[in-house]
Amino acid sequence: MSDKNQIQPTAPGNSGKMLQAMVGIGILCALMIVLTFQGTAPVIKKNKAEALEKAIFKVLPGIEKTKAFQLGQNDNFVQIEGEGEEGKVVYAGYGANGELVGLAIEASGQGYADILRILYGYDPGKQAVIGFYVLESKETPGLGDKIEKDPNFLANFEALDVSLNEDQSALKNKVVPVKSGEKENPWEVDCITGATISSRAIGNILGESTQRWAPLIYNNQEDFVTQGEQ
Amino acid sequence: MANQIKNNTGFFASLQESPSTDEFVKGLWRDNPVFVQVLGMCPVLAVSNTAINALAMGLATSFVLLMSNVLVSSLRNFIPKQVRIASYILIIATFVTMTDYIIQAISVDLHKALGAFISLIVVNCLILSRAEAFASKNTIGKSVLDALGMGFGFTFALFCLGAVREILGNGSIFGVPFFPDNFQEWIVMILPAGGFFTLAIWLLIFNAAKQRKATT
Repeated sequence: MSDKNQIQPTAPGNSGKMLQAMVGIGILCALMIVLTFQGTAPVIKKNKAEALEKAIFKVLPGIEKTKAFQLGQNDNFVQIEGEGEEGKVVYAGYGANGELVGLAIEASGQGYADILRILYGYDPGKQAVIGFYVLESKETPGLGDKIEKDPNFLANFEALDVSLNEDQSALKNKVVPVKSGEKENPWEVDCITGATISSRAIGNILGESTQRWAPLIYNNQEDFVTQGEQ
Repeated sequence: MANQIKNNTGFFASLQESPSTDEFVKGLWRDNPVFVQVLGMCPVLAVSNTAINALAMGLATSFVLLMSNVLVSSLRNFIPKQVRIASYILIIATFVTMTDYIIQAISVDLHKALGAFISLIVVNCLILSRAEAFASKNTIGKSVLDALGMGFGFTFALFCLGAVREILGNGSIFGVPFFPDNFQEWIVMILPAGGFFTLAIWLLIFNAAKQRKATT
């Protein structure tokens, strides 16, 4: 659009001023955000790591210690110290006698408002999801955030069936979300009325994530047991 | 008018006589953003379920209000009228983003409890209204006083709601048990409905007090 078509023609000096003000404020604001981000990033990282560890103890009931493992190139798991590659790390939880209780796995996907980050506990012995915790969510307070509190919904993840098929290459039944009150099989996630999108999102995130991780972990359980003893 | 001043005795009245402290006191009491202006109801009703959440939300809002008032006031001769709202929103959004990082650095749990409401400070009409109605027309000093008054007034109001709701709904204050063990909590006070009830009662008290003052 040229200047002639504008409804209120402004003097060229004036629009220059406007541009100057907007750009100036933009640069100033950007600078302030970057400085705050840089200043707080290490503390936030430390806090998040602590929160993650607490969450691991929540999704794997009865564990005494945890170790982080990273998926190697030959689909095996190697213990790591510190931070691993994103999307390849799982956390093994061990009981009082050093026995493997289960694995805590991080998963994420699109929720209603933003990306949802969750952590769930997988027990290769029972072949089931045994715990669930929302790490990060910006879902609508009072509606979507029921995924963190609704007792009926959380009951889905006390023993969600993720057993493998006969040749142990994939899940027998993929985890799927179903309408509230229509859960019939142990691999279905009973959703919440009034938080349909958020609870379906959790079901789908779990479906995708267990599809990928359950066969990998089940077939390499030895890695966690042998390296956990060291 | 003279009659009103005569009737105003006591601490607040003596403060009100000085024009600069008046900027501070008006937000705290006479023009309290929640109880008198009824602004920013979304966080007031939603985040006042416990005293600590209310206090944190109030302080976060006050911080954003103070910083944006300072910046808007110091740039008031630099920002052309046509782009002022856009500039204010940009400034407010910047401080909200900074607050978001700072709260995450202070406590992950607190950040989780306040959740989406931190980002929603951007659209709290209290902040934009102070930028537009006050900071853009007044000196930095006055704007600071105005922001502090309004901010503390907002925090005070949120805390009034949060404390009542936590005491009745959870039987505790700041997480410390308030009643003996056999107290039966009023769950409804923690739920959204409790926010409306509590706000209504506080507004009732404020208006009754105001009316009494007007008639005497």
